[in-house]
Amino acid sequence: MKFIKFLLLGIVFGIVMTKSEAVSWYRIQEMFRFQAFHMFGIIGTAVTLGVVGVALIKKFRIRDYQGNPIVFSPKEKSVARYLIGGSIFGLGWALSGACPGPMVVNIGYGYWAMAIVFFFAIVGTYFYGLIKHKLPH
Amino acid sequence: MELILQPWSWWFSGIMIAAIMFFLLFFGQSFGFSSNLRTICAAAGLAKSAKIFDFNWKSQMWNLVFLVGAILGGFISREFLSTDAPVLISEATIQDLSKMGIAAPDALQPAELFGLDAVLSLKGFLVLAFGGLMVGFGSRYAGGCTSGHAISGLSDLQIQSLIAVAGFFIGGLLMTYFVLPLIF
Repeated sequence: MKFIKFLLLGIVFGIVMTKSEAVSWYRIQEMFRFQAFHMFGIIGTAVTLGVVGVALIKKFRIRDYQGNPIVFSPKEKSVARYLIGGSIFGLGWALSGACPGPMVVNIGYGYWAMAIVFFFAIVGTYFYGLIKHKLPH
Repeated sequence: MELILQPWSWWFSGIMIAAIMFFLLFFGQSFGFSSNLRTICAAAGLAKSAKIFDFNWKSQMWNLVFLVGAILGGFISREFLSTDAPVLISEATIQDLSKMGIAAPDALQPAELFGLDAVLSLKGFLVLAFGGLMVGFGSRYAGGCTSGHAISGLSDLQIQSLIAVAGFFIGGLLMTYFVLPLIF
């Protein structure tokens, strides 16, 4: 039962991503062409609230439901891995019109073709694991 | 009900995504969906060939449950909360896409990519496969995807996440303006 809250949050996530149309290939194309505010509005609103909320959590040392401090671990310092990795991710995002979350939401919606995309995303992650030591980080 | 069936506004959706992130933090976890790809590799026993999959994947079970919820959320949206109306993208985007032979939306996703005919063609299949490969490879290389970097990382003002998001757009713009016109 300790997982039920994550199931519910996942359901809300799936519904929000669908109802906001952020799972649509068309919306991702519109975003990368800067032809509408929609996607920037969604991400911008989330990040604006996120910045304020995270700052408040740090300032007031807010704890989680079990009383443990909420910690934010800084990401490993690097430019290459974020820039190159991010660019490869962006190429795939604009091609398939979906990042990993929306892929599975699409499968639930009935777009079975997204299962192919998601399967190859797992393969891509595996491939990264295989050649990680040869890549600049 | 009418309000629920229509597409939701960007501001309400943005508030909800921030809320999901804060609930996950309150439950002792963090919002990052692409970690699931790594977890699935680990659960599949691939740790023998690559050590990034050598970790206690069961500690990430909560995120796999979140993934299952996301699938259910997509299903619930279609069955109960949607009219399956065409996506109302801008006229300029419709014009640009039509130059590549992709018709104006008549549903949530273009049949030119996700319809049965497309999937069963070699080109269509390769588009989906390479799209997935690059998302999976790139998200792990960059250490996160849209949720982990653009939402969680930027909310924590992490410069690394800003670099990753810049990368997302470098890749996305290259694909949109240079590669897609060659494919379609």
